[in-house]
Amino acid sequence: MSPVMYNLLNVVLILVCVVFGAALLTWLERRLLGIWQDRYGPNRVGPFGTLQIVADMIKLLMKQDWVPPFADRLIFIVAPAFAMFVVVAAFAVIPMAPGVGVVDLNIGLLFFLAMTSLGVYAVMFGAYASDNKYAMLGGLRAAAQMVSYEVFMGLSLMGVVMLAGTFNLRELVLAQADGWFIGPQIVGFFIFFMAGIAESHRTPFDLPEAEHELTAGFHTEYSGMKFAMFFIGEYVSVLMSAAMITVLFFGGWLGPAWFPPLGWFLLKTMALVLLMILIRGSLPRPRYDQLMSFGWKFMLPLALVNLLITGALILI
Amino acid sequence: MIWAYLYNIVFYASCGVTVLATILMISRHNAVHALLYLIISSLSLAIIFYLLGAAFAAALEVIVYAGAVMILFVFVVMMLNQGQRSAAHEAAWLPARGWILPSVLAAILLSLLLIGMYSDQPLQPYGVHGVAVKDVGIALFGPYVLVVELSSFLLLSGLIGAFHIARKMPSHMSSNELEEVDHG
Repeated sequence: MSPVMYNLLNVVLILVCVVFGAALLTWLERRLLGIWQDRYGPNRVGPFGTLQIVADMIKLLMKQDWVPPFADRLIFIVAPAFAMFVVVAAFAVIPMAPGVGVVDLNIGLLFFLAMTSLGVYAVMFGAYASDNKYAMLGGLRAAAQMVSYEVFMGLSLMGVVMLAGTFNLRELVLAQADGWFIGPQIVGFFIFFMAGIAESHRTPFDLPEAEHELTAGFHTEYSGMKFAMFFIGEYVSVLMSAAMITVLFFGGWLGPAWFPPLGWFLLKTMALVLLMILIRGSLPRPRYDQLMSFGWKFMLPLALVNLLITGALILI
Repeated sequence: MIWAYLYNIVFYASCGVTVLATILMISRHNAVHALLYLIISSLSLAIIFYLLGAAFAAALEVIVYAGAVMILFVFVVMMLNQGQRSAAHEAAWLPARGWILPSVLAAILLSLLLIGMYSDQPLQPYGVHGVAVKDVGIALFGPYVLVVELSSFLLLSGLIGAFHIARKMPSHMSSNELEEVDHG
């Protein structure tokens, strides 16, 4: 197979797997939450309810594609597409196994941070274009939350970068051959994990779409496939956070040889996704000011201290 | 073969997008639309940086300018939520004859640039060579360490100022007095 064909196959397969994986995740999450909350969850359509995704997809596709007459039409349409675009684009730099991965950037980690920081725009412009007070409040909350949590999301990763001496994600994985970074960077892992959940604004950090206060937050006016873009985008970003944690802290595809590298990568990512779903099922949602002061007064100093200690230990 | 020209095509396309987006940014009446064009302009500028070999600068352009500074702009504009009325105001403030002098000045700059580019002795173009993150770091903490320290002073004073403004009012002031302070 020619290299161009191989790359093309890589791109298409990863894209399809990511999007379908995210769709499957919606079913998995509802099912697991059901089990943990002592009920069944969706179990009617197909074996174990797995075809629920198909049913949901048909429902969303059949819905009228409605743009509110008071909305800023162009921005209203582009915002959900942009939400999907940034998370899928961030997947491009994640190395899944030797030879599996879309692009091998020297600034891979920075590219990932850039894409997550652009993700705020989809929410903000979606909220602005809706011209709805609930959407506006949700958008403002999302902007403040994501900008705050982005600060120490970047800082928490610098410890890993200092240990490995590179921004290249493939080299970062290879640098963990002697030991995963979860050991020396356990604090960094904790901070990044929290920030990852906050960036994908899921419970307990789902204040931008807190349904008892804001109807549905920034996507109140969205329906049909446009809503689905925001919805699936959230699950893609869950997958992305989990994959990124795997690459940075759990040695990516590295593992005993009796299992293929890609298998190890998927296994670790899946375990982290399950952990995120469990957190959603078990933690309550904080108040908005509690969320912000937790970020600025606890997580940021913690990230700075972690960075300081890591730097000092490297210099010694 | 088109691949040989791909670099040039991407470069000139992103240059064109940058210029166009910046012009549209200046001429929009709706503040949010103007910001949207400003974001597009800084994103395409990041592509230009990347193509010129400064990948680190490109990433920072996106993370810092597009990802943080612009978001604060959008945040404030959204919070004020001016809508149609302010767009009409903007349109009234910027009549067509207000554009004449800036356009003449911009045209002079453009003609200078074109003369410089197409004269017999062209301006020395910068060679394209990669600048890695490590080079930037070594430069910052080597010859430019004084500048880094000075900018940290600046940031510290900004931080103290922000702390002072956001500080809670002393508790002995009654709520009436606070109201007066608010409405100043």
